[in-house]
Amino acid sequence: MIAVDRNKCIYCGGCVGICPVNAMTLEETIITINDSCIDCNLCVKFCPVGALEGSK
Amino acid sequence: MIDCLIVGAGPAGSVMAKEMASRGFETLVVEKRQEIGAPKRCAEGITLRGLKYIGIDIHPLGISGRIKGAMLYAPSGKKVVMEGDEMEGYVLERKVFEKDLAAKAIKAGARYMVKTQAIGMERENGAWKVRVRGMDGEMEIKTRLVVGADGVESKVGKWAGLKTVNRITDYHSGIQFEMAGVNADEKYIHLFFGRDVAPLGYAWIFPKAFSANVGLGILEKAAKMKAYDYLKKFIEEHEEFFKNAQPIEINGGGVPVAHFTRMVADGVMLVGDAAQLVNPIHGGGIARAMHSSVMAAEVAEKALKKGELSEDILIEYERKWDEEYGEKTRKLMKLRAFLEKLEDKDFETLADILEGEDIYSLTQAKMTFFLKKLITKPSLLSLAKKYLMD
Repeated sequence: MIAVDRNKCIYCGGCVGICPVNAMTLEETIITINDSCIDCNLCVKFCPVGALEGSK
Repeated sequence: MIDCLIVGAGPAGSVMAKEMASRGFETLVVEKRQEIGAPKRCAEGITLRGLKYIGIDIHPLGISGRIKGAMLYAPSGKKVVMEGDEMEGYVLERKVFEKDLAAKAIKAGARYMVKTQAIGMERENGAWKVRVRGMDGEMEIKTRLVVGADGVESKVGKWAGLKTVNRITDYHSGIQFEMAGVNADEKYIHLFFGRDVAPLGYAWIFPKAFSANVGLGILEKAAKMKAYDYLKKFIEEHEEFFKNAQPIEINGGGVPVAHFTRMVADGVMLVGDAAQLVNPIHGGGIARAMHSSVMAAEVAEKALKKGELSEDILIEYERKWDEEYGEKTRKLMKLRAFLEKLEDKDFETLADILEGEDIYSLTQAKMTFFLKKLITKPSLLSLAKKYLMD
C-alpha cells in the first residue's frame, strides 16, 4: 500500500493519471488509494515532490 | 435526460460546453474542484497563432504577459533566440482565463455544478447514468452523451473501457513555482535544456504581470532526483534571474507527451489531456485541448440530431483529429525519441548550428532540412537518420 505524506503532497493529481489499476483518486486536496492497489510503485516514481512512499 | 454531461471545467470542458449549449443542446458541466481554474497545472503559455486558428477570444483580464519570442539556453548557457509572428503569444492567468471560458459557456446556456465529483457511470438503454457527489449529497444524471474533459486523471475514459492510463516513459513529472521578484526579460519565455537541468524535459521561466511562472518537467527514467529537487537546484544556480525572487505559489502535475489512447466509446468522447492531446515536444496542451472540443462538438451535434451515439458514429471525431494532428504528432514523438538520445554536448552542437527559425520548423515537425543541417556532424546525423526517418 502507498503512503501519502500530506506535508509534501501538492495534490496535483499527476499520480492518478499513471495508476494502471485506477486505484487512485484526487478529491480536492486529498489523494485516496483503494484496495485495488497492486504496489507497482509507478506513482512513487512519478511524484514530482516525493510525497508518496511504497511499502516495498 | 440531458443531451450532454461534461466532466471537468478546464479549457477543454468549457469550450465543449459553449459549443454544445450554443447549438441548443441541454448541457451540464460538473467540476470536482470548488473553484474553476485553481490550482493550475500549467506553464500558461499559448501562441496567438493557435488561438486565432481555433477562433477563441480571451478576455484581457485572462492575459498576464505578452510574449514576442523564446530564448533557448543550452547547458553551457549559450542562447538561441526564436522570434517572429509565429512566436508571439500570451502567458495566461489560468485562474481567470478558465472562469472566462466558463462564463462564455454559461452565457450560451450551459449549466455548471462546482465541487461536484463524478464517481461512476453505467450504460442503460443506450444512455449513460452518471453518479455525482457534491455538497448536497449524491445524485444520478442521465445523459445521452458523456464528455470526458477530466484531464490526466481521467476517470471517464477508464469507466468507458478506454486505455487512458499514461506510461511513465511518456509522462512528464512537472513542478512549478509562481515567483515574485524574478529578473528575466519579460518579452520572452525562457527555456533551459540539459541532463542536469531537467532530464528529458526542460526548465522554463514564463514572465507574467507581476510574477513569473517558473518550473520544469522531467522524465523519471533519466532522473537522479525528484522534479522538486531539480527545480530548487535550477533556482539556486541562476542568481541572475532569481537573486531576489520568492515563491508565491507551488503547483505540480503530469504531462502526457505521447498520444496512445482512443478518443471515443459508445456515448463517450474524450477531449484535451484526458485524450492525451498534448504537443509531444513542448508539452503545450491548451490550444490542442480547446481545438479537440471544437472538433468533438461538430461530430456530437450530428450524432445527437440523428439520435445515434455509437462508437462507430462518434469515431468521426477521432478521424478528424487524426487527419489534422496525427502525422505531426507521430513525427514529433520520433523527434522526442531522437532528442532523448542526446548528450549535453549534442545540445551545444545544435545551439551552434540551428537558428531560432530552424527550431520553430522542428516544432512544426519539418525534418528534411534538419538532416541537411547535420551533414557536417556525422554522429548526430546517423542518430537523426535512425530516429527521424521512416
